[in-house]
Amino acid sequence: MSGGSQLENANPVVFQRTGERLQTANDEDEDIHDPIDDREIFDILLSINDPEHPLSLEELNVVEQVRVKVNDAENIVGIEFTPTIPHCSMATLIGLSIKVKLLRSLPERFKIDVQITPGTHASEEAVNKQLADKERVAAALENSSLLEVVNQCLSSRSG
Amino acid sequence: MGTMAADSALLLSLVEEYVSGLQDSKAKDTATGVRDGLFTVLQLVEALGLSLTSSQPHTRARGVQLLSEVLHECHGNLTEGEVEVLLAFYENRLKDHYVITPPVLQGLRALTKCTALPPGSAVSMLRSLFQDVHVQSLMLSERACVYNMLINLMESREAELKGLGADFVFGFVQSMDGERDPRNLLLAFQVANNIIHRGYDLGKFAEELFEVTSCYFPIDFSPPPNDPHGITKEELIQTLRDVLTGTPKFAEFLLPLIIEKLDSDVLSAKLDSLQTLTACVSRYEHKDLAEFLEGLWASLRREVFQTSSEKIEAAGLAALTAITSCLSRSVLTSDSEDSLCTFLELVLKDCKHHLCEPDLKLVWPSAKLLQAACSASNRASHIITAAVMPSLLEQYNSRTECSHRRTLLEVVQRFIQSVKGSQSREKEESVFVAFRPSLCSMVFSALTESNSSLQITATSVLTSLAQQTGLLLDSDVELAVDHLTRLLLMEEEERVSLAVVECAGALAELHPAAFITKLIPRLKKEMFSDPMDQDNNRVSSEQKSHHAVRQRCLSALAAVSTQPSVVQESTPVLMEVLSSAHAGSVAFSIEEVVLACRSLQRVAEQVKDTEETGRCFHDIIIPRLLSLALQAALQGDTSSGHLSPLLQESVLSAMVSVISTSCSRLQPMLAEQTALKVVSLFLSGDVSFLPDNSFPSNIQLLKHEGDSWSQSQMVCLLMGCVCSLPRSVEVPQMDQLLSELEEMSCSCSHQLSYTSAAKCFAGLVNKRPQGDDLDSLIQRTMKRVCNELDSASSSVCIQAFTLMIWVAKALLLRYHPLSTALTDKLFSLLDDADLGPMAADGFSLLMSDSADILSRGCHADVRIMYRQRFFSENSAKLVQGFNAAPQEKKPNYLKALSNIVNNLPKQVQITELPALLSLMLEALSCPDQDVQLSTLSCLEPVLADPPPALIRQLEALVNRLLNLTSSPAMNVRITSLRCIHAVSSFPEHEVLPFRARVLRALARPLDDNKRLVRRGAVQARGEWFLLGSPGGR
Repeated sequence: MSGGSQLENANPVVFQRTGERLQTANDEDEDIHDPIDDREIFDILLSINDPEHPLSLEELNVVEQVRVKVNDAENIVGIEFTPTIPHCSMATLIGLSIKVKLLRSLPERFKIDVQITPGTHASEEAVNKQLADKERVAAALENSSLLEVVNQCLSSRSG
Repeated sequence: MGTMAADSALLLSLVEEYVSGLQDSKAKDTATGVRDGLFTVLQLVEALGLSLTSSQPHTRARGVQLLSEVLHECHGNLTEGEVEVLLAFYENRLKDHYVITPPVLQGLRALTKCTALPPGSAVSMLRSLFQDVHVQSLMLSERACVYNMLINLMESREAELKGLGADFVFGFVQSMDGERDPRNLLLAFQVANNIIHRGYDLGKFAEELFEVTSCYFPIDFSPPPNDPHGITKEELIQTLRDVLTGTPKFAEFLLPLIIEKLDSDVLSAKLDSLQTLTACVSRYEHKDLAEFLEGLWASLRREVFQTSSEKIEAAGLAALTAITSCLSRSVLTSDSEDSLCTFLELVLKDCKHHLCEPDLKLVWPSAKLLQAACSASNRASHIITAAVMPSLLEQYNSRTECSHRRTLLEVVQRFIQSVKGSQSREKEESVFVAFRPSLCSMVFSALTESNSSLQITATSVLTSLAQQTGLLLDSDVELAVDHLTRLLLMEEEERVSLAVVECAGALAELHPAAFITKLIPRLKKEMFSDPMDQDNNRVSSEQKSHHAVRQRCLSALAAVSTQPSVVQESTPVLMEVLSSAHAGSVAFSIEEVVLACRSLQRVAEQVKDTEETGRCFHDIIIPRLLSLALQAALQGDTSSGHLSPLLQESVLSAMVSVISTSCSRLQPMLAEQTALKVVSLFLSGDVSFLPDNSFPSNIQLLKHEGDSWSQSQMVCLLMGCVCSLPRSVEVPQMDQLLSELEEMSCSCSHQLSYTSAAKCFAGLVNKRPQGDDLDSLIQRTMKRVCNELDSASSSVCIQAFTLMIWVAKALLLRYHPLSTALTDKLFSLLDDADLGPMAADGFSLLMSDSADILSRGCHADVRIMYRQRFFSENSAKLVQGFNAAPQEKKPNYLKALSNIVNNLPKQVQITELPALLSLMLEALSCPDQDVQLSTLSCLEPVLADPPPALIRQLEALVNRLLNLTSSPAMNVRITSLRCIHAVSSFPEHEVLPFRARVLRALARPLDDNKRLVRRGAVQARGEWFLLGSPGGR
């Protein structure tokens, strides 16, 4: 973030973070198969950084656990994310970051569907279409300046 | 006269050889001649005559150079007259051809070090220098020469230089203007620092001096790799900062510059600017700052509001505190405006309204800014709190959402804490006194909320209030105790009860009375109510919650017991839990009894060490514990039905901790009495000091007959006592005690009994004075142990092994020479068919800290770095043994190795790792999962800062780690994934070649059966993706 530039939304609402997932005895048991569930997917996404603010997507309520749906048996993951303001120019970038994070973190068998929460963004349809288009996602990641921003969103926060 | 002639001939030949023969070494010989008095400097000048007047500039330069080098060696021996002649010569030579300038400057520099410098010469030297030399057209080393001249003269001729007035500053400014080399900059900054800090007259050149130095701000310098000069960026930053911040005369130039540089996109430039700002305002007065306050505030606000870096935020807040405290220092005159008020009004105007938006991002940056200003001075904290507290309190009351209230409460707490530093005297009334009633009612209302985060925050606000004078009245304390008690008894959530217990501990230290009269009786009543008595059909969940209540009560009793007066009341309650549990009059679970012991131990640990509390443990607690344990032991043999919980190993171990902690802290006299009583109880069955004395007279606790384990295991309590006493305390009847302990440890069949006997023996041996007695004792024991271990048919092999390993540890810790014999025996057992794996595990016991005895807390003789010493003496043995061992025994060696290495400090691990690396990599492919796991946990910390040896073996390391990610044991999979994660932060060019392979291999654990494994895989794979990718790493 550069010093002088103005942010689109300088004072967004900040939400409380959920705590760490509680570990159960089953988690430690070698013989029990833990299915991939909504919370697990949410845990993968919550630490993604917002491209503008030093805040995570969870703190900005861009991703919420209730908008994460996974079906482990049928290999489907569906995510809806909510931009902080309806004209947020970062929506595509945020969607792309979510998609890339999941592509890197989930087994190949999953089909990953990332969409904007219905009714929360001015150009919802266009963004959804871009995110659903495999070729366009691949092409976007060939663009090194775009990849750079995505990677920054996926880096663990430092100093 | 003959020698004189010979000397002058020698001198002429030296000059000739140096000047025409270009033999540099002759300079040294000439200097030696001067120093030894063979010829004088002036004779040298004479001898140089021809060269100095030569028409060839290079010959003249060579001549001057010889003279300068000699002066460099001999400047200490010159007379004032000689110096005068030389100076006139050198000053004149400054006007000569440019090739002569370098040796002239060297000569002048040598003269600046002369003690015999005549008055006025410094001024004349500098005048010529500034007039005739353009410093920045000189080479690097000549420029350094000039700076060094200035530094030397500033040391010795300060008054004279100051006489030059501002001309000196101007001359210096001209000399350094345009300097580019960091080495020279350090020198030039040093001169500038001297000018500023030693009171030289800047005259009208303040701005020039500022310009010529500030053009380097902010410093951007990265030393070349393998820089031989060792100049760091930090060093440059600090010296320049000292210059720029050194005088308020620079304020009007520096402050606008800082405002400008804060606009930079470079993080380090911002940071440097903020730190420079903090440094400079400490020297400024309000009038220096006045016209820039608005600009500074705008920049600081922007940085704190928008930054994503914690460092910038912290630096920005520190700068705000510094500015505020500068303004607070100013003395007000009747006609000037109060600049502190004006400034704080600015801050409040921009920040205060954000405090009313507790769910928006800017609430915290605003609060932090206000708190930073608040912490600067008492006046500032009055102004700020008066402005923000009413609205915060009102907000709290009008908001209904818990998350909003919690944020407001946290903000309030930070305000309370921020004034701590600015209050000059402890007894001074808190600035919050005006808000006392509202603060208290806010806290108490938050404590009654059902939201646990709110409750937790409220407890810490309560603690903060208690720590400031006058914020809690006695009636408030009582009310607080009521709230805390209620939460302890009713609130199920663990986070809340932890916070409540902590808060109770903090308050009880300040206000013990209310806790004695209210909390302790109430907790006692609650713990001793027995849910089973009232209704046998109670559901188990209710029993569970009753257990949780007791658990909380027990830990609260411990937490509040810091003042002796509280201890007098709380320990009887804890003791009563033990006696009721033993008698069976109230049903306490084993776990609850253990917790009661833990609480007693905590009390022993934290209570203020007074005679009074020492007596309490010596006279009451220790005898009662022993008495209860003995009653249980005697009953154990006879009664059927109710089996006392005090016979349980877990309870006994907890009792050992109580006894051991309190014995280790007893005053010497009490300790001696306790030792006497306890030893006579165990050796001769003397029960006279025990309360409730109805014991038989023929008790023999160390003579185990048949299966009377219930009595023999009491030896652990003996251990807790005699092994924890201060070393100065003499344990009575030592020889008999040792021999009975040895006998018991080698013959008893009950594990807790023989292990405790062995540990007790070892604990005493560790503290025994050096000498023949000790040596023969050890040798006797060693012989006995080895006999048992070597005889194939021994039935007490394990017992002997246990004694051996504990004695070995006791001796190893104190560097006793005989420890080697025992540890060598342990090494040899690694090849033993039966004891091999046990021996390998034994190294873990040997190298790790033991919980109950042989620790520094128990006053044991523990030398520093005994682990390193053991390691360096034995690692070769281990490697040899490994190489020589048959295949099926190799895992024992690897396990022993990982047990040893795991316990070494990280620094040692890193230095020793190269030698062991191949063995450790071998261990990673050893099929034994324990070996894999402990090797991985050894490697993991080392990976954070990998030694070159490890990087050379990267291929093998990565391969083995990747293999382990499909191990059948989930812990191995998890740890190996963590290691792979760590490898991603190795130097990029080393690991980049593995990227594709690692990413492919990590795809599999993404679909692992276990969630914890998948989590590790996700994290590791994410990092490897970022490696070498734009925006990644």
